[in-house]
Amino acid sequence: MLILTCPYCGIEADETELASGGEAHLTRHGPGTSEDDFSNYLFTRQNPLGVHFERWRHAHGCGKWFHAARDTGTLEVFATYPAQTAEPPKTVCDAIRKRRPGWTWQGTA
Amino acid sequence: MSKRIATQGRLIDRSRALTFTFNGRDMRGHPGDTLASALLANDQMLVGRSFKYHRPRGIVASGAEEPNALVNLGTGPSFEPNQRATTTELFDRLKARSQNHWPSLEFDIGAINARLSRLLPAGFYYKTFLRPRAFWKHVYEPIIRQSAGLGQAPKDRDCDTYEYFYATTDIVVVGGGIAGLLTARSAAQSGAQVLVLEQTAHLGGRTPVDGGTVDGQPASAFIDALLEELRAMANVTMRSRCMGAGIYDHGFVLGYERLTDHDPDAAGPRHRLWRIRAKQVITATGAIERPLAFAGNDLPGVMLASAMRDYLINYGVMVGQRVIVATNNDDAYRTAIALKEAGADVLRILDARDSGGGPLMQKARELGIRIDCGRAIGKVRGGKRVKKVKICAQNSSGGALEEVSCDAVAMSGGWSPVVHLWSHCGGKLLWDDGAAHFRPDPARPPTGADGNGFVSTAGAAHGDFALGDIVAQAHEAGRKAAQAIGMKPKKHDAPIAAETREARLLPVWLMPAGANIGLRSKAWLDYQNDVKVSDVELAAREGYESVEHTKRYTTLGMATDQGKLSNINGLATLANSLGTPIPSVGTTTFRPPYTPISMGAIAGEARDAIFQPLRCTPIHHWHEAHDAAWEPVGHWRRPYTYPRADEAHADAVAREIKNVRQAVGLLDASTLGKLIVKGPDAGKFLDMLYTNMMSTLQPGRCRYGLMCNENGFLIDDGVVARLDEQSFLCHTTSGGADQIHAHMEEWLQTEWWDWQVYVANATEQFAQIAVVGPKARKLLEKLGGMDLSAETLPLMAWAEGEIAGIRARVFRISFSGELSFEIAVPASQGLALWTALIEAGREFGVMPYGTEALHVMRAEKGFIMIGDETDGTVIPQDLGLDWAISKKKEDYLGKRAQQRTHMASPDRWKLVGLETTDGTVLPEGAYAVGEGLNANGQRVTQGRVTSTYYSPTLERGIAMGLVLHGPERMGEVLEFPGTDGQVYHAKIVDPVFYDKEGTKQNV
Repeated sequence: MLILTCPYCGIEADETELASGGEAHLTRHGPGTSEDDFSNYLFTRQNPLGVHFERWRHAHGCGKWFHAARDTGTLEVFATYPAQTAEPPKTVCDAIRKRRPGWTWQGTA
Repeated sequence: MSKRIATQGRLIDRSRALTFTFNGRDMRGHPGDTLASALLANDQMLVGRSFKYHRPRGIVASGAEEPNALVNLGTGPSFEPNQRATTTELFDRLKARSQNHWPSLEFDIGAINARLSRLLPAGFYYKTFLRPRAFWKHVYEPIIRQSAGLGQAPKDRDCDTYEYFYATTDIVVVGGGIAGLLTARSAAQSGAQVLVLEQTAHLGGRTPVDGGTVDGQPASAFIDALLEELRAMANVTMRSRCMGAGIYDHGFVLGYERLTDHDPDAAGPRHRLWRIRAKQVITATGAIERPLAFAGNDLPGVMLASAMRDYLINYGVMVGQRVIVATNNDDAYRTAIALKEAGADVLRILDARDSGGGPLMQKARELGIRIDCGRAIGKVRGGKRVKKVKICAQNSSGGALEEVSCDAVAMSGGWSPVVHLWSHCGGKLLWDDGAAHFRPDPARPPTGADGNGFVSTAGAAHGDFALGDIVAQAHEAGRKAAQAIGMKPKKHDAPIAAETREARLLPVWLMPAGANIGLRSKAWLDYQNDVKVSDVELAAREGYESVEHTKRYTTLGMATDQGKLSNINGLATLANSLGTPIPSVGTTTFRPPYTPISMGAIAGEARDAIFQPLRCTPIHHWHEAHDAAWEPVGHWRRPYTYPRADEAHADAVAREIKNVRQAVGLLDASTLGKLIVKGPDAGKFLDMLYTNMMSTLQPGRCRYGLMCNENGFLIDDGVVARLDEQSFLCHTTSGGADQIHAHMEEWLQTEWWDWQVYVANATEQFAQIAVVGPKARKLLEKLGGMDLSAETLPLMAWAEGEIAGIRARVFRISFSGELSFEIAVPASQGLALWTALIEAGREFGVMPYGTEALHVMRAEKGFIMIGDETDGTVIPQDLGLDWAISKKKEDYLGKRAQQRTHMASPDRWKLVGLETTDGTVLPEGAYAVGEGLNANGQRVTQGRVTSTYYSPTLERGIAMGLVLHGPERMGEVLEFPGTDGQVYHAKIVDPVFYDKEGTKQNV
């Protein structure tokens, strides 16, 4: 059972306090988008063994959505940060690179 | 013969006697006995029958690893199957029955399977029951069900109580043996808060049985002093009878404490489930001795050497008077020596090693025990207990050199560290060639949130077996764990143990090494599942290379003991058969819990009224006092109907409906979701959430809206009222309020976070009462306070004011087709308004009505119900609700999805009304069949019933359903086969059955 720190209220929350929301940083596709783009948005998800970005909600706490960057294999948590961002902030990427040298966000430096 | 002797027995209290029964036979034991030691003290060697062949089985171990001695314990509401006799502490008047035999333990018909064993090889079930296919349901399955399972299922409700306990601590030490206690001491000396979990009733482990000297004292005296020291430390907590059941992510540890199993009459909960968070965990879980695989190694009287020693020293029970010891290592000599010193006749030690052992062998020889090196057991003979042993050379195919009469065999195939808990959360293992076992690899521990290891190991669980190594390593392990959480250990000397040098073990996976097939098919690897050496070899020949596949094919290592004795022997046998090294075969996955834990402990206090919270409306207790029949809706209870004395539910529902249609009814609608959406961007936000346009709604007006998810499917519906320019009140379904609130928050927080909108869930802040029926206005006018005329408050308008002196919002919305006012008042005033309406309504014939009347009336009007007409695969277009989907809006949640080819297909099933040709009621969920058969040979379907009721208004059955091209097929009659064998015929009609023009509600 994971422990994640809610970046809003600062509580180190047990997984039972949280609701998971799947992969983070998806781009919404609406009317006018291609079939492929739309079905990828709806259904295609990454499932890496390693660094991963997830959405969580502090459902039984402050109710806020936040993101967690963690390693799905070692269960290491690199950072949690507010959900109001389209991509992980630089500080989060730096924290990951410190532990996983050479790692890049979506393959870009 | 197995019996209690006058000496030894460090754990029992001989001054008191306990009586108990086994299969109805009266027996005696002492406080401190386990059921197993007490059975052995009464010479009860035969304790059960094996699972597959029904072979006679006896006690083989002395702890949690026991595979054979499983009993049905207790009677009635305290009955429990599959309890291990070795971990069941004896109490007065205990009642145990053996398992898996018919008609009796002594004479078991199922034992015929043993004669047929050549016809029942590994994978027998998979091979035999495959064909003919038709036999499965009526022949094979009933037979398998009849013979499957070990104990019986309890028939009565569990009379005991259980509880959860939450704990946080710096360090958890699993295992209260010498290693666990020493790690606890050094960690605590470093300042850490330490919790020690010991699964048995006694702290100290098996060192007092094995002997040795620590810091110049006998080991048992050293442990007594150590325990006293630990008890005096404020930062150490020790729990016995509390198993460390599992280790999970980020330092979560599950403890399983058996509080009153040993004393069932004591007050309080029976089991306690500890949910622990620790910064570091040390597993000091010891090791388990391995059996040797020789023919007849499952006969009652063949026992692990360490177990025989335990029974002697701990309980004063001598399992055999004429004993043969078979071993591949020095440790079993301790058993031979202890038996000899206690007066038993140790006939032979058969040491598989040509050069024998070290100083312990010397000591045994000095006691006059005959030791044969390079020798093995060829076969054990006997029926329900050991009678003779055939002795052969280890390097042979089993040709007997001599045959010796005896009454017990002690065996030792070496020791395997208990790596289960280390492995639960991802700790990796190393193969130790010298000791022939897997042990934890300290370089690859389970990792925590910081990426560093949070589990370490101590003692035998670490792979150390010499007492000197154990005490030194355990002391260090405690210091290191404290260091890992930032403590600064002070200098404390590690204890020093006097060494007993032991000679190297010889890996023996089969005895004798070249045993012929006759012997191999009587050499058991897994006692609980009846898996033999020959079965694993067969699996290997048939192409099973993965240990996980072999496990499932042969059942090796399955069932309640999860292969605690059989794992290593089994995979070594597989590796040998495949000609590969053991580490490349690997182990199966270790999963928690370590031993089975009770379902009661998992449930804890969550049963009956507190299984889940019950939400009550402000009027709940009035409904209760008026004998409402309840219907669960989410966590609410809503009145289904209010039956009068002797009135059937169906009659009560019909009465309520007629009264609403002819006079006036009251519905407690307080459970309806009420979400307030407020802010400059509230209209824009609701335009994205609802399929229709909400931003154009005028203050003072209401609009029905549909909500879809991003997949396009309809998830909720309800009436939205605009309170003012920036505020909307969104009504949701009763069960959907929390999810829809969360849905709104999700989109606001994670997609449109720059929009200025707040959402508040005000569901419980308001009581809401629907006043419905032709006399509704008259009733409200009698209470007075507001102008509710059709001119001032037309349909789909709302107004604020006072009713009966209570501040209220009145919504003119109708879910029944009648003149209807939904009145929302502060929750605290809900009951006052309700009782005022009941009182004032008497002259108008007012009656409360329940959810079933609500459902029938909405179906009469063709209104959909989320969860009936929708099931997560239905889009609004399927339900003919195109009028509620905005064509003007560029975007809303679900719009893009509803343009996908399958969603836009003209072949989607669409909503219609269904009217049986003879007026009967269609069965719920029935399918309409079409012409022809599908690929499975079933009738093709072309529609299904979504709602079906008896309509008291129309005095006939009415239904709604989704039908292929339904709206184009009005008047066509469809066939609906029911599960009752009848075929129902129903005509496709308009879904609005009652007052199609809507004149009744608009007055």
